[in-house]
Amino acid sequence: MKAVLIGLGSVGRGVAEMIATKNPGITITGIADSKSGCICNEGIDIAAVLEHKRRTGACGDPAISAMDVIKKADYDVLIEVTPTNALTGEPALGYIRAALAKKKHIVTSNKGPIALAYKELSALAKKKGVALRYEATVGGAIPIMHTLEDGLNGNEIIAIYGVLNGTCNYILTRMAAEGLTYEQALMEAREMGYAEADPTYDVKGIDAAIKLVILANTIWGNGTKLADVDLTGIDLLTPDALRLAEEGDCTIRLIAEAIPKKKILRVSPRLIEKSHPLVVEGTLNALTIETDMAKEITLTGRGAGSIETASAIIGDILYIRDHYGKRA
Amino acid sequence: MGGSILVDKVVHVQVSMKLEMKDSPGQLVAALKPISEVGGNIIAVLHHRDPDTTHHTLNVQIVLALPEGRLDRLVALLKEQGVHIQRIGKERLLYKRTVILIGHLMHTDLSDTVDQIDSTGFAEVCEISMSMPAINERSTSRVTIKATNRVDMDAAVAVLRRVAQQKSLLLIEPLEEIA
Ligand SMILES: NC(=O)c1ccc[n+]([C@@H]2O[C@H](COP(=O)([O-])OP(=O)(O)OC[C@H]3O[C@@H](n4cnc5c(N)ncnc54)[C@H](OP(=O)(O)O)[C@@H]3O)[C@@H](O)[C@H]2O)c1
Repeated sequence: MKAVLIGLGSVGRGVAEMIATKNPGITITGIADSKSGCICNEGIDIAAVLEHKRRTGACGDPAISAMDVIKKADYDVLIEVTPTNALTGEPALGYIRAALAKKKHIVTSNKGPIALAYKELSALAKKKGVALRYEATVGGAIPIMHTLEDGLNGNEIIAIYGVLNGTCNYILTRMAAEGLTYEQALMEAREMGYAEADPTYDVKGIDAAIKLVILANTIWGNGTKLADVDLTGIDLLTPDALRLAEEGDCTIRLIAEAIPKKKILRVSPRLIEKSHPLVVEGTLNALTIETDMAKEITLTGRGAGSIETASAIIGDILYIRDHYGKRA
Repeated sequence: MGGSILVDKVVHVQVSMKLEMKDSPGQLVAALKPISEVGGNIIAVLHHRDPDTTHHTLNVQIVLALPEGRLDRLVALLKEQGVHIQRIGKERLLYKRTVILIGHLMHTDLSDTVDQIDSTGFAEVCEISMSMPAINERSTSRVTIKATNRVDMDAAVAVLRRVAQQKSLLLIEPLEEIA
């Protein structure tokens, strides 16, 4: 199976390293970052490219762009791991459209294009007879999409609810454990590398809402948009709120939930019993899927990280290899 | 005894009863039959199995809505069925839910917020724990609401949600079981 890798940041590096060291039968024929690219249809020397990137900040030749790699390299799968833009979906949207036009399978960790243009992209992929897979967009390493489409095949999904943002979960865990204020816990999350310089997307619940939109569209195909989500973040929580929750053997978690029959689509901080399976610590994620036959299934695991996210991406690539019959 | 509520223009009263009966098959159904005979509706049934099993009795707490003036008839019918009535009235609100409110609770008239729940007639605030860090800083309180059943509770929380929004308070609801 041949693949090109667009984006060589935290996730792209994790994917490249794991493909090089674990040798799962995937050959990388093209790599690009924001300023350069390289193509080798016989297979790129991944270690050499990673070393070059480390030294120079670029992965290849500045004369070769990401779009060149997508249009000119020989490959079966586009691995799209550029930064998320929730407003335009770019540059990923353009890359994915270009690869789909060439009948290439798509594997991405990028929430932007999937949340914004799922309908268009999945229809286009179907028309071209290729796969569009995005396990890594929600819940990092947790195999949520695989569980939904394979493990729970034949079930009617009634509701989903869970912890989909590791940054918020870390902040709430620290506020509860140490009695920190929101500001103190956020500062700590920044120092640990769990929060961005601008934490708005995470703490206002937007990131969790985008993931909820992706899940809702995947499960119910109902054309849900980000603006449909009822949003409350965690930035106004007080240490007293966590203390009062604690007195009742509860805590507070940012919960994303979708229950179409009750017209519920919201992200909000919630009181929850400490013994509840969704009460995970630190940056972990957790999701409960409620179905007619299986009833509740709760998955927990790492919602981010270079290698953890690579796990979801490599799982998607191998799924395509095994289900679309092309081996290389 | 509960307050009066209007149902289809007939005045109903809400009553809660603690009943004790023989723990044998069919006994509970038989005991509940007189309620419909007098035109009442069962709102909630709670079982308490007697820990003292040597008595082989079943303890049940029920909340019902009765057309006004039918209570004596019901009591007589229940006695005929061999049901012992341990208590009537009080504790009509069996369903509890705790929420947290954050914001300028005093400035926005906390007692009015509480009144808006109490005045629904089907739910009431039964407990408030409050912390106030400093003047002009936001305060936090834990509020426990009681109602007769899940539907009334959801309605009461919807009222609170609206009030919280009007007063710019952050309302933290519990994650309830979905089914
Ligand atoms: N990090 C995680 O744990 C995680 C988990 C789940 C999902 N995701 C998602 O995965 C994606 C990648 O995340 P990341 O953490 O790896 O981000 P990152 O570290 O910021 O890396 C982004 C990479 O994309 C490249 N890039 C930027 N603009 C580009 C363009 N126009 N054309 C081609 N390449 C471009 C960057 O190039 P330069 O190297 O030249 O700057 C960089 O290599 C994001 O969409 C993110 O939301 C991340």
